[in-house]
Amino acid sequence: MSKISYRQALKDAMIEELERDENVVIIGEEVAQYNGAYKVTEGLLAQFGPKRIVDAPISEAGFIGMGIGASMLGIRPVMELMFWSFAYVAWDQIINNAASVRYMSGGKINVPIVIRGPANGGTGVGATHSHTPENFIANTPGLKVVCPVTAYDAKGLLKAAIRDNDPVYVMESTILYNSTGEVPEEEYVIPLGKADVKREGTDVSLIAHGPSVIVCLEAAEILKAEHGIDAEVVDLRSIRPLDEKTIVDSVKKTSRAVLVEENKPFCGVDAQIAYLIQNQAFDYLDAPVQRISAIDAPAVYSPPLEKKQLPQADVVVKKVLEIC
Amino acid sequence: MPLINASFSTHVLRKDRKTQIVTKSSISKTTNRQKPTKAILAKDAKSPANADLSKDELIGFYREMVRIRRFEERSLRAYQQGRIAGFLHLYIGQESIAVGSISLMGENDHVITAYRDHGHALAVGMNMNECMAELFGKSTGCSKGKGGSMHYFDPSKNYWGGHGIVAGQTPLGAGLAYGLKYQGKKGCALCFLGDGAINQGAFHESLNIASLWDLPVVYIIENNGYSMGTSQERSSMHPDLGLAARAEGYSMNWAHINGESIFDIREGVKKAMDLAREESKPSLLEIHTYRYQGHSIADANHKKYRTKEEIDDYRKNHDPLSLYREYLLDAKLLTDEGMKEIDLAAKAEAEESAKFADESPFPPESDILKDVYWEEDHPDQKLSEGRIFFND
Ligand SMILES: Cc1ncc(C[n+]2csc(CCOP(=O)(O)OP(=O)(O)O)c2C)c(N)n1
Ligand SMILES: [Mg+2]
Repeated sequence: MSKISYRQALKDAMIEELERDENVVIIGEEVAQYNGAYKVTEGLLAQFGPKRIVDAPISEAGFIGMGIGASMLGIRPVMELMFWSFAYVAWDQIINNAASVRYMSGGKINVPIVIRGPANGGTGVGATHSHTPENFIANTPGLKVVCPVTAYDAKGLLKAAIRDNDPVYVMESTILYNSTGEVPEEEYVIPLGKADVKREGTDVSLIAHGPSVIVCLEAAEILKAEHGIDAEVVDLRSIRPLDEKTIVDSVKKTSRAVLVEENKPFCGVDAQIAYLIQNQAFDYLDAPVQRISAIDAPAVYSPPLEKKQLPQADVVVKKVLEIC
Repeated sequence: MPLINASFSTHVLRKDRKTQIVTKSSISKTTNRQKPTKAILAKDAKSPANADLSKDELIGFYREMVRIRRFEERSLRAYQQGRIAGFLHLYIGQESIAVGSISLMGENDHVITAYRDHGHALAVGMNMNECMAELFGKSTGCSKGKGGSMHYFDPSKNYWGGHGIVAGQTPLGAGLAYGLKYQGKKGCALCFLGDGAINQGAFHESLNIASLWDLPVVYIIENNGYSMGTSQERSSMHPDLGLAARAEGYSMNWAHINGESIFDIREGVKKAMDLAREESKPSLLEIHTYRYQGHSIADANHKKYRTKEEIDDYRKNHDPLSLYREYLLDAKLLTDEGMKEIDLAAKAEAEESAKFADESPFPPESDILKDVYWEEDHPDQKLSEGRIFFND
């Protein structure tokens, strides 16, 4: 084991897959000569050359659509979106073409593309740059979406995404790029659709994905230290496919659930999780399922307000105390 | 260097990257759509791309065009009989473009188009049965009844659809070319689009990328004068030089082609394909053509936004099929008898395909959840865990 950054973990995943499969190619704005807007692809151009690491013009619809077309011929493009917030200018390609071509061809074509980049708020960049579209992606059959939070998960999930024969969209976080975590020396892949219990507990299940997992871990420490409540933290990691078993098992054990996410509340990912829990663990519940999402407005700029708009540990603690 | 020849019968493809100075007056003025001038097929037949065609090949083109027309006429009847749902965009009047262009394709050449896709599908060799069955929504259809009229696919014939979103296929066309280049294959991608599609951002992004990265793609605008009920004058700013001249903005080769002459089409498209295959250079071609039917068969207005005289004039004086038939007769390559035989055979084949489609089963309900994810369709190779469908 060695401790590396989340950023390094993503890069290592790409390096290993670039070495393993000559059809893997990295395409995106500023990924090559500039070394990546967030330095995730730093050094890749020097190591792999311009055929494999390609700087694209600011044409998300053009280059992502191009990647989809190339993937139909067997290329495995890993496209970087500087921010997932920019996906909307390429929405037709991302949602319509990537997801539907296989279906509309009666299964004759598949689209092994990966689109990755940060999807998070909390960095003072305002409403246009703070989107978390994992719920839209998860709402689209044909697509898969994962939200790694640790260096270990980032590497293992990105490798799985690149090997997958379906489109897989990876939602990262600019806040996490510098965070560090243990990653084994030997190769590993984390299958999509496997949640991870990041902290075991018996009294309440905090179920989260993305940076909200960190918030929940913080809240769990406060709950333990100040209130003697032992919270379990379940990190979904993968939104679609979804590990329903780990969620349901956890709720059956604790009988209480608080769902936390940076998505907006209406039709957010946790709306589906709440449905799942009432459907499969109804008899085990000792309290209504609770949700904490981003406050239901476009992402606000003003830093103290922005902090309040996103899930915070003290809010999670308060919510838990209401039902425990 | 003239960019276009007044008669549209020869092509000058720009190879140099020097930009032209275009005066403001000429770019700010809209012009009426250029109608193809009467083609001189006997002359066009002697151009380099056509001079060496065998009699069989020449007759083959005719047969293909007739097959497409008879197939679509039969599909129109099926639509009117309530056998086909949704939209049915007919290609009648434009057949020379698919047949002429696709006749030039080799092993490593690929094609992708929009929703007016039946002609291209038959031209690449997909059979009438699977095409008609797709319209009927049957499991024997080329997309197992999952795509419908606008979404035909057959990658085994290098045919990548059939795309319903206007210009949505244009980045994919660049992607096919990118894939070929990446794999070091000497081939090109033919990407067809309508004259209305040229105003989409995705198309312009594709042109820029294709030219910037020297992708071997040939964009072919099938300019039939209308995007649905909107005439070109009402939809597109363009210089006197026409729509293809927009390529100038991307330092890309371009040309105008007369769609009523299959020889002119082959000559122009071949030049562009050669540039793509030999020099990995993209092109933008504008082929002047016309559609006789409404935008789709549901388009009840199609005689309101254009005059009956206009439609009649095209049918009578510019029909690529009739003009080619006259050429073959004049050149004594085929007799009246031979023509009739081809026609009857195509009609019979179309009729048979309707019977086939009618008698084929609808896909079972369980098919709804198939072909969504590659992985779910290959359970033995599945790597993911967890739940992927959320139906209960
Ligand atoms: C993005 C998008 N906008 C609108 C439509 C509806 N629509 C379908 S075809 C069409 C006209 C397109 O005309 P053109 O590109 O000239 O092609 P043609 O139908 O003449 O072959 C329109 C408006 C669509 N399918 N996709
Ligand atoms: Mg048109």
